[in-house]
Amino acid sequence: MTTAVLPLDVPGIRRDFPALTTPFHGKPLIYLDSAVSSLTPLPVVERMSRYQSFEHTNVHRGVSTLSQEATDRFEEAREKVRAFINAPSVKQIVWTRGTTESINLVAQTFGRRNVHAGDEILLSAMEHHADIVPWQLLAEERGATLRVIPMNDDGELILDGLDDLINERTRLVGVTHVSNVLGTINPVKEIIARAHAKGVPVLVDGAQAVPHLHVDVVDLDADFYVFSGHKLSGPTGIGVLYGKRELLEAMPPWHGGGSMILSVTWEKTTYAPVPARFEAGTPPIAQAIGLGAAIDYVTALGLDRIAAHEHALLAYATERLQAIPGLRIIGTAREKASVISFVLDGIHPHDIGSILDHEGVVVRAGHHCAQPVMTRFQIPATTRASFAYFNTREDVDALVSGILKVQEIFQ
Amino acid sequence: MSDPRELYQQVIIEHNKKPRNFGDLEPCTHQAHGLNPLCGDDIVLKLVVEDGLVKDIRFQGHGCAISKASSSLMTVNVKGRTQAEAEVLVEQFRAMIRGTLDVEHQAHDLGRLTLFSGVKDLPSRVKCAVLPWATLHSALHGEDTTSTE
Ligand SMILES: Cc1ncc(COP(=O)(O)O)c(C=O)c1O
Repeated sequence: MTTAVLPLDVPGIRRDFPALTTPFHGKPLIYLDSAVSSLTPLPVVERMSRYQSFEHTNVHRGVSTLSQEATDRFEEAREKVRAFINAPSVKQIVWTRGTTESINLVAQTFGRRNVHAGDEILLSAMEHHADIVPWQLLAEERGATLRVIPMNDDGELILDGLDDLINERTRLVGVTHVSNVLGTINPVKEIIARAHAKGVPVLVDGAQAVPHLHVDVVDLDADFYVFSGHKLSGPTGIGVLYGKRELLEAMPPWHGGGSMILSVTWEKTTYAPVPARFEAGTPPIAQAIGLGAAIDYVTALGLDRIAAHEHALLAYATERLQAIPGLRIIGTAREKASVISFVLDGIHPHDIGSILDHEGVVVRAGHHCAQPVMTRFQIPATTRASFAYFNTREDVDALVSGILKVQEIFQ
Repeated sequence: MSDPRELYQQVIIEHNKKPRNFGDLEPCTHQAHGLNPLCGDDIVLKLVVEDGLVKDIRFQGHGCAISKASSSLMTVNVKGRTQAEAEVLVEQFRAMIRGTLDVEHQAHDLGRLTLFSGVKDLPSRVKCAVLPWATLHSALHGEDTTSTE
């Protein structure tokens, strides 16, 4: 950080999270699992509750004032998402259930239309299963092949061979903006530019990026950008697909039903323009409004200040964890977001997770839905601590003493 | 939740470090592959059953301390027993972990396997402890793979 930013009022912020001040196993809760799902601050909960209690009805239906107002709130949230990622138009913001559904939508529409036998889809070696399996399903159906951008031992993508990996058969490049296991921040702008030089579109999985970085889809020139509400201090059940206008407009519908049509007869249905074409049925309305409130919340805190705070915590945690004998950090990229995965000699991550849990320290243990990453590093699983704006240095200290306790038990 | 120290007792830690009957077994009469997709625990169990008697049993794979110690102690307890006795152990072990068998007050043949009774208070770890037993059940019933999901 070169420019000075005012520090966050962390004690004040923590009061917005009742879980953090409620005893857990008789101890304070140390929540170091925001990468799996972030805690939801009270203003977001209250906004959804207000909608559900006083403003609720279906959207885009009927002429009642209530319906009109619900529709307005719902569409205002879409505008908040648009502004948050600097998309040119709200028509490029499609509501989905989350990152996973967004990627499946692209695979089943764009993919089915454009991927044929012999074609290739290029994915990075650090993708989440959500950005592997939908493409694998498509590739199987179409007779296409998945290829992989490799990574080095620090968990950084090796881009030397990228221009050869992208060839005339490549139909799409899929890359995660931030790795959920390694914390690596990938140079997606460069990857996109190099793919575009060969006329290949790029889908960016932003699930782990939007909570920590300023994302500007125009500056990145991303063709598709996807993320989930629940990793951004919002609720589950809501996510976003951003797409370039011409790509979205060329894509066929996926789910059919109400709201996605212009007219229906027994002979023929004509479809609504985007984004409605991709939003069949009643959408998650409270969740969309909740995501809008979450965007207001983090924007008010300031993404720069959040990034500076998390960066300092990451540096402190890295230093303290590295000092523990027998501990190895997996993912040591130069550019990292606030995620630390580690392994302890001779102790399985599940045992670490259980013992830390008893100390009130919530971490994730497992393969993090990224088994190819585990295979790459020849480990079955890792323990992962991930930090958010409400975490403190004391939280890191609790993690460290928890780890020492694990080692003591396993001596 | 019970204190993890109660669960991670010396015996379990020790079996995790030095699992008994660990390795390959060829030729064998029965085998199965057990997987816990949630955490990636993975065990291959092979047995030699002759005249209804478990003559030999070995396991390979990787997993947490609970699943490894559970596999290790399972092999120790099953070896030399009849197939029918082994099946009874499978049922009793599962019942203990589910909390339907009170090992302190009800009759059973689990012996030192009661070390794992604390797992019933750690719902997230139940599958780890049960995986080898479910795999044994599959092996004895001629099923190749078992999944805890
Ligand atoms: C990088 C990445 N991609 C995709 C996903 C899937 O997100 P969701 O489960 O919200 O669809 C996650 C969540 O763990 C993730 O970390």
